[in-house]
Amino acid sequence: MTTAIEVSGLRKSYRGSPAVDGLDLTVDEGEVFALLGPNGAGKTSTVEILEGHRTRDAGQVSVLGVDPQQAMGAAGRRWRASLGIVSQDATDAGELTVAETVRHFARYYPDPRDPGDVIELVGLGEHRGKLVRRLSGGLRRRLDVAVGIVGRPRLLFLDEPTTGFDPQARREFWELIRALAKDGTTILLTTHYLEEAEALADRVAVISAGRVVALGTPRTFAGRDTAPSTVRWSEHGVPHQRDTDDPTGTVLELHARFGGPIPDLTVTRPSLEETYLRLIGDLR
Amino acid sequence: MMPGALSLGFARADVELRTFFRRRETVVFTGAMPVLILLVLGSVFGDGNTAGVTHAQFLTAGMIAGGIASASFITLAVGIANDHENGTLRRLRGAPTPPVSYFLGKVVLVGVVSLAEVALMFAIAMPVFDVTLPTDAAAWVTFAWTFVLGVTACSLLGIALSSLARTSTGAAAMSNLILLVLQFISGVYVQPLRDLPGWLVHIGALFPVKWMAQGFRSVLLPDHLASIELAGTWEHGRIALVLGAWCVAGLVLCVTTFRWRDAR
Repeated sequence: MTTAIEVSGLRKSYRGSPAVDGLDLTVDEGEVFALLGPNGAGKTSTVEILEGHRTRDAGQVSVLGVDPQQAMGAAGRRWRASLGIVSQDATDAGELTVAETVRHFARYYPDPRDPGDVIELVGLGEHRGKLVRRLSGGLRRRLDVAVGIVGRPRLLFLDEPTTGFDPQARREFWELIRALAKDGTTILLTTHYLEEAEALADRVAVISAGRVVALGTPRTFAGRDTAPSTVRWSEHGVPHQRDTDDPTGTVLELHARFGGPIPDLTVTRPSLEETYLRLIGDLR
Repeated sequence: MMPGALSLGFARADVELRTFFRRRETVVFTGAMPVLILLVLGSVFGDGNTAGVTHAQFLTAGMIAGGIASASFITLAVGIANDHENGTLRRLRGAPTPPVSYFLGKVVLVGVVSLAEVALMFAIAMPVFDVTLPTDAAAWVTFAWTFVLGVTACSLLGIALSSLARTSTGAAAMSNLILLVLQFISGVYVQPLRDLPGWLVHIGALFPVKWMAQGFRSVLLPDHLASIELAGTWEHGRIALVLGAWCVAGLVLCVTTFRWRDAR
């Protein structure tokens, strides 16, 4: 497996206060990797450095084998042609229609996807003739994704892509990301939605105060798979609960005691969100 | 094969033109405003007569200068500040397009809008104010170089102002104010210039608008009218020199101030 992104000892300060403070990160090719972390943790600075939008103060960075800071001229253009960038708050191209916008940006790339197909893929088919400034927030983000993937990128940066989506739109968007990942696109996703990271990411990393403080698969992340589970049930109509490292044993014991089905039984492991909040809480 | 810088420049031009003409405020303020001012001022004060030339005919030459200054200076100051604000520059920086293609798109935009502005001025001034087009080739050559030098200088200064202004509202306010004041002290609205206080005229003479207006007067007015210019001649050499100097200064300002993204 080859490496898509390799970062070590990355540092960036703004007016003397560090935003990124010795960050290490490796993303494999073909992987969906989620960056989590509170606002101001250094996620956006890190991503912007990887995209070549920002310079760094120290550290090594390689994105698809290229140092973003050195990506200039013709070689820089070839490198950029293999990236797709979906940033947070673009409001450009307002006076163009959806179709005009996607067609225009397709022209920048040596081997673009068909603009019509991309518009269908992101679910903007019925809005293709609409002026971009008339799109709702969620539809606008889909257009940003369309522009981000029209050049057939090997690596796609998604910065909080589903902010402002309704639940239905979010599910559809996830399907789209899964389809891109299946095609072999490497995806670096930043998000505040933990269930989104769980649904999409092969691995997640939590950034706090400019460095990676936890890294793992969504299932095993920060000891989640070995954390105590909670067993809940009712007895004579009164809810009970017990936190245990051995939920199976607890359920068997209850089953024996009730001599049959356990009323209102649920067994839950801590969600990714609970694990994340505990981690961030511990850090404070 | 990566697409060529030139073909991407034309793709940018296509987007710039569509965006300009679909945005009502740019069409009205940049395009229609100078024409409206010509119509209004020309109708109110235009009947006065100096040596057989009506004031409306003086005004037409001046407003052509004001119109193309608006089409280049204001269009770029506001347009590029807008491109900063709405993420256009950021998106282009992240895309595999050479920076020169972006500026090529702006060059075509400014060229088309400025030419359209001149055509519109003539279309109004010829029937309404009896302005006639010059017939000799030399006059058109003067017209052409005044136009090209004036548009280039104003464009470069517009790009520089967009970097200084930071926001598009700021850029719009600053560029409109600057151009309005310059038009007053450059003899666009008030002619002859010797009616203005000398110190104001000296300030106006430092900037391009005065020389553009003088160049267009030399093309549109009969030669004996040169006597009412401050120098008593059309001063073609000095016009070219001042506008050329502003092109160089504007270029230096652009190169030193232009940023693809805000420094944070």
